[in-house]
Amino acid sequence: MAHISLLKRKAIHALAETLSKQVEHFNETEVEALIGLYHETLGESAAQGGAVTGLDRNRFRMLLYHMFGMTDDMIMAGVFRTFDKDNDKFVNEKEWVKGLSVFLRGTLDERIKYCFNVYDLNNDGYLSKEKMFNFLKDSLLGQPSEEDPDEGVKELVEMTLKKMDHDHDGRLSFDDFKKAVKEENLLLEAFGTCLPDTTSIEKFEHQVFPKQGKP
Amino acid sequence: MGVTLTKAAQWTSSGTGKLELTPMNESLLKEVLRSVEQLFSRHPQESEHVFEEPLQWSTTLVASDFKTDYDISEFNVQSNEKDSEGQPLLRLSPPTVYVRSFSQLSKLLHLAADKKLEEARTCLEENRDALVKILGPRFADILEREDTQTDPVDEDTSEDSEVKVKLFRLLQNMDQQLLSKLLEEISEHVRLDPAAANSDVESLKQFCRGGDGRLLKSVRYTSDYEFSNGCRAPPWRQVHGEICYLITEPCDTEDLHITCSTGGVYLNAGIKQEGAESGYERTSDTYTDLPTLLKSRSPYFAEHINKQMPKKDSTSKTQSKSVQMEDQGQPQRSQAGKKKYEPSPRWSNQGLVPPCGKVEENNPGREKSGKKKQATGAKGKLKAEFSLSSLPGRMTPQKSKTLAGAMELSSDSSTEDEDEEELSERRLQIQIEQSPDYWLIYKLVKFLKRGDQTATVLCLCAMLDLNLMQEGCQLDIWDIGGVEVLLNLLDSDEVKCQIGSLKVLRKISHSMLICQTILDMDGLQSIVKILDRPYKDLKALAAETIANVARFRKARTTVRRCGGIEKLVKLLDCLPTLANMSPNQEKDVEVAHCGVLALWSCSKCNRNKEAIRVAGGIPLLGRLLRSPDVNMLIPVVGTLQECASEECYRIAIKNEDMIKDLVQNLSSDNNELQMHCASAIFKCAEDKETSDLVRKYNGLEPLVLLLGKAEDKKLLAAATGAIWKCSICMKNVAKFQEHKALESLISLLTDQPIDVLINVVGAIGEFAKVAANRGIIRKCKGINPLINLLTETNQALLVNVTKTVGACAIDRDNMAVISQLDGVRFVWSLLKNSSTEVQSSAAWALCPCIENAKDAGEIVRSLVGGLELIVNLLKSTNIEVLASICAAISKIAKNKENLAVLTDHEVVPLLAKLTNTTDERLCLHLAEAIGHCCMWEGNKASFGEAGVVAPLVDYLKSNNSAVHYHTTMALYQLSKDPNNCITMNEKGVVKPLILIMGSDDEKLQEAAAGCVRNIRLQALAGKIPPPKKISIGTAKRCGKGL
Repeated sequence: MAHISLLKRKAIHALAETLSKQVEHFNETEVEALIGLYHETLGESAAQGGAVTGLDRNRFRMLLYHMFGMTDDMIMAGVFRTFDKDNDKFVNEKEWVKGLSVFLRGTLDERIKYCFNVYDLNNDGYLSKEKMFNFLKDSLLGQPSEEDPDEGVKELVEMTLKKMDHDHDGRLSFDDFKKAVKEENLLLEAFGTCLPDTTSIEKFEHQVFPKQGKP
Repeated sequence: MGVTLTKAAQWTSSGTGKLELTPMNESLLKEVLRSVEQLFSRHPQESEHVFEEPLQWSTTLVASDFKTDYDISEFNVQSNEKDSEGQPLLRLSPPTVYVRSFSQLSKLLHLAADKKLEEARTCLEENRDALVKILGPRFADILEREDTQTDPVDEDTSEDSEVKVKLFRLLQNMDQQLLSKLLEEISEHVRLDPAAANSDVESLKQFCRGGDGRLLKSVRYTSDYEFSNGCRAPPWRQVHGEICYLITEPCDTEDLHITCSTGGVYLNAGIKQEGAESGYERTSDTYTDLPTLLKSRSPYFAEHINKQMPKKDSTSKTQSKSVQMEDQGQPQRSQAGKKKYEPSPRWSNQGLVPPCGKVEENNPGREKSGKKKQATGAKGKLKAEFSLSSLPGRMTPQKSKTLAGAMELSSDSSTEDEDEEELSERRLQIQIEQSPDYWLIYKLVKFLKRGDQTATVLCLCAMLDLNLMQEGCQLDIWDIGGVEVLLNLLDSDEVKCQIGSLKVLRKISHSMLICQTILDMDGLQSIVKILDRPYKDLKALAAETIANVARFRKARTTVRRCGGIEKLVKLLDCLPTLANMSPNQEKDVEVAHCGVLALWSCSKCNRNKEAIRVAGGIPLLGRLLRSPDVNMLIPVVGTLQECASEECYRIAIKNEDMIKDLVQNLSSDNNELQMHCASAIFKCAEDKETSDLVRKYNGLEPLVLLLGKAEDKKLLAAATGAIWKCSICMKNVAKFQEHKALESLISLLTDQPIDVLINVVGAIGEFAKVAANRGIIRKCKGINPLINLLTETNQALLVNVTKTVGACAIDRDNMAVISQLDGVRFVWSLLKNSSTEVQSSAAWALCPCIENAKDAGEIVRSLVGGLELIVNLLKSTNIEVLASICAAISKIAKNKENLAVLTDHEVVPLLAKLTNTTDERLCLHLAEAIGHCCMWEGNKASFGEAGVVAPLVDYLKSNNSAVHYHTTMALYQLSKDPNNCITMNEKGVVKPLILIMGSDDEKLQEAAAGCVRNIRLQALAGKIPPPKKISIGTAKRCGKGL
C-alpha cells in the first residue's frame, strides 16, 4: 500500500475506528484492512482519472469474481444491490465493510436477510414465481421431451413454492423464506449461490487480514 | 453314436435322464437299432468283442422269451456264449439284463421283436455312458471328441486293441451316419433361415459404431466358419434348429451369449468352445428376434430402440402405419396403448408370429435409428457432464438410463409417455406397490440427474419433505434409480449437494434393500471419504448414514477396508463434559455422537473391534462415557459392551476406570442405557478386580434394584447377568444379600425368557456356595422351579441348572427336597445330553447328590441303565467329562452293591485306560475313583494287571496336594495286592511316600505308611529284592502314625 499517502492512511485509521464500532464480526484492524482493500481497488481506477465516489457495479463484480469465483450475472447484480444500501449505484466504505461482515461472517439470521435481498430483484419484499423462474431458468438441462422447454423449471418453481410458501399467497415473503430456511438450512441459497464457501472465505481472510488480526 | 446320443438326442430336462417321446428321438432309436443289426451281420468279428463293462438295464423280457443258446433256470437266464474267463456274455436276473457284446445285443433285440424299440430306449436311457462301457474310457473319449486325426492304436498295447480300434471306427461311422440321417430328416420340417439371422446380426453391428452414443459395444459370432447352408452352428446343434451363436456386449450389462435358432433367439449358458456341451443350454425365454431379446436384457438398449424405432407389431401393416404417424410428428399415444396388447414373446414363439423374415423387414428402419443415435451421442455426453449426478464412476443400468435420458434431446418421437410406461412395466415386474408420491419422486430424480447445484439442492429439499422413513417411498426411490443418483452427488465437490444427498440417504438407509444397493454400488467408499471433508455437518451426516448402512456384516467389513473405522474414531475427539460450550464445540459433540453411532454399528464384528482399539478409540470412548447426555451415552456404552467380548477391552474398561461411569449410569432413568451398562458389567465382571470395583463404586445395589424392572426383558437379562458374574466374588454375595438379592432372583425362576433364566440360575448357583443361602433357597421354594428347569433343552441353561442343583444338594435338607422331586433322575438323564458341558456339569452335580441323599445307593440302583451310562462316559474324549465322571464314580463306589454293578460294567479297564493322562484335575479324580473301586475284592488285582500302578506312582511327582492325597489313598488300597507292591517298589514309590508321611493330615499319613508297610511285608516275605537305600528306621522316624 505504498501508494497510499500517510494522510490517507490516517484517515483510513480514523474511519476504521468509527466503523468498527458500528459493524459486528470485525475488529478494528480487520476493518482497517478491509478499507485498505477498498481503496486499493478504487485506487487502481482512480489513478486512471476522474473523481470516484465509490465502487461501481463493474468494479464490484470484478472483485466478486476474482475473490470468490462468482460468475452468475443476475446473482452478482443482486449482491451489488444488497451491498449498496443507499441505492446510489456505488458501494461506499461503510456499505463495503457492513456488507462484508454479513458476507463473510454473518449469522444465520443476517444471511437469511442478505440472501432474500439478493433474490428480491425489485426490492418489493416478495419473491414471485417470475423472479424464481428467472433465477432457475438455466438450472436444468434442456428437456427435449417436452414441448415447452421451460416446463421442468416451472415445475421446479412450483415445487419450491409449495415447500416454502407458508402463507399460501403464491409468492414468498421474507417471513416465508426465513421460516423455510430455519427449517432446512440448505434452502438459504435456494435460488443461486450468493455467499462464498468456506474455502474462499478462508482464502480471502488470509489474504486481506493481517496475521494476528484473526479474532 | 456317441455324439448323436449325447448331443442330438432330446433328453428330458427334468434330470431323470429319460428320452423324450418325440418323433425325432423315435427315428433316432430306429437308426440305432438298424445300425446295431447291421454291425452284427456285416462285422461278425467286431461284434464279438467283449465290452469293458456290461450294458445293463431293466428289461421287459422274461426268461421264457429266451430260446436256444441260453441256459434258462426258472427266472434267470445265462447265455451259452462265454468270454475267455467263462463269464456268460448275457445274463438276465429279472428285471435287469446284462449284455457284454454286440452280437448278444443284437440277438436280444431280435428276441424282443416288437418291443425292440422300447428295449433300445431303456438301454440307452440307463446307459448314458454306453460308449465308455463298450470301449473303456479312453476310446470313448476320443470318439466323443470326434478327433478322427488321432490314431489310438499307437498307444494301445492290449491284445484286443485291433478289434477294438475297428469297432471304434465302426461306431464312429455309425455316429456320423446317424447324424446326417437326422439332419436330413430335420431339415424337412424346420425352417432354417440363416440368411435372416445373418442380416439381423449385420444390422446389430451397425449399432456398435458411433463411440459413446452406440447402443451396443460389440456383436460377434462365436465361430468364423460358415457352413455351406449358411449356418455357423456345428451340425449336431443344427439338428436342433440352431443357426449361430453370438456374443453381444451391451453398454450396461454383462456379455450376453445368444443362440439364434429357427425357433427364435435365446440366451445360452455361454459357449466357450465347441464341444463344451453345457454351454448350449437355453437359459432364458425364447424371443422372436434379437432386438426383443436385447431389449429385455439391456435397459439401455431398450430405452433407445424404443425411442428410435417404430413399435413392432405382428403385422407389417400396423407397423407402416405407426411409422407414418411418427413422421407426422403426432404423439404416439395410441401406439403406446397398443403396446399392452402386443403378444408377449413367449406367445409368438408358439408359432403365432413368423419368427424369421420379419427381422429383415425392420432392418432399414433400425439402421436409420442407429445413425440417429450416433448423432445425438456427443451432445448427450456433454450434458451428462454438466449434470452433477451423472458423474462417472457408477455404471449400472440406472446410470445408462441417465445417459439415455440426456440423449432424448433430438429424438422426434414423444418419449415421455413411453418412458413412464416402461417404468411402470418394470415396476410391475418386481411387483411393488406404488406410493402416491411415485411420480413426484420420479420427477425429482429426473431433475437431480439434470440439475445444476441450485436445482439439485431444491430437489433434495423437496425430497426431504417426503415421508422418507416409509418403506413405499424408499422402494420408489430405489426403483427409479435414485440411490445411484444420490451416491453420485456424494462424489461431487458441492458441499450443499453432499449434505442434501446424505440427509436423504441417512433416512432411506433404514431400508435393508437400500443399504444393500449402497454397498453394491460402492457407496460406502464415497461416504467414508466424506468423513475427511472439513465440514462438520457433512461428517456428522456421513457417520449417521454409515451407522444405518453398517447393519450387516459385509457392509461393516467394507467400512473397515476403506479405512472408515480410523476416520470414525477421529470424530470422537471432543470435550463432552464442558459446562459452557461454544457452538463450535457443540458441533464437535454432535459429530462425535454420530461417529459413535457408526462405530456402534461397526463394532458388531470382531475385526472392527480390533480396528477401533488400534485407532485409539478406547480412551476416546472413555472420555465420552463421562458425557451427561443420555443420547450420547447409549451408543458409547453400547459400543463398549459390544466390544467387551474382547479381553483387551475388558482390561481397558477396568484400567481406565470406566466401571465407575458404568455403575453411575446403572441408576440412569433410561432403560436402554441401564441395559447396556449392566450388559457391559456382565461381560467384564468375571474378572475379580473388576467385580471388586463394581462393589467399590456401590454398583451392586442398583443392580438389585434393576431386578424390579421385570417388564423389560432385555434389561432384566443384562442385570441378572451382571449379578451372576459379580456374585462369583463372595464379598459381593454378602453385599447382595444385604439387599435381599437372592429372594428376588428366586422369584425370577419362572415365566422368564431363556436369557434371563440362564443368568438367574447362574447367579443362584453362585449364591448357593454360601451355606446360609442354601437354606434361603429352600425356604423361598426355589428348589422346585430349579428341578423343573432340568427338563429344559437350552444347553447353557442346563449347565447352570445342574451346577446350581449340585450346589443346593450340599445341604442335606435341600437334598431331601431334591430326592422327593426325583431330581437325581433328572440330573442323571442329562448325562445323555449331546453337549459335553452339560454332561460334565450334570456329573459334578451328581457328586453332592449321591453324597448327601439319605438312601443314595437305593436311588442310584433304581435308575435303570444308569450305572452303565455313567461307566460308558469313561469313553468320552473330553477331559472335563472324564474328571467329573471319575468323581461321580468315586461317590457311587462307596456303596458296595453299586460298586459290584460298576465292576460288572468293566469300570476297571476303562479307568485303567485313562491313567496315562497328564491333566492334573483328571489325575486327581481318577486316583480317587481307582481308590474307591479297589474296595471290591478282585479289583485290586485287576487294576494291577491293567497297569495302573506305575502311572499312579508317577502322579506323586505332582505338586498338587489333593492329587497326592487321592493317589496315596489309591496306592494304599492297591498295595494290599502283593503283585502291586512289587511294581510299586520297582517304580520307586517308597521315597515319595515317606515324604508324604510328613504331612499334617493324619489320614494321609496313615495311608502312606500303610502302603509302605505293605511293601515292606512283601520284602520281608522275600518277594521283593532287598531295598537299596531305604530302611524301616527312616520310615519310622518320619511317620508319626506308625
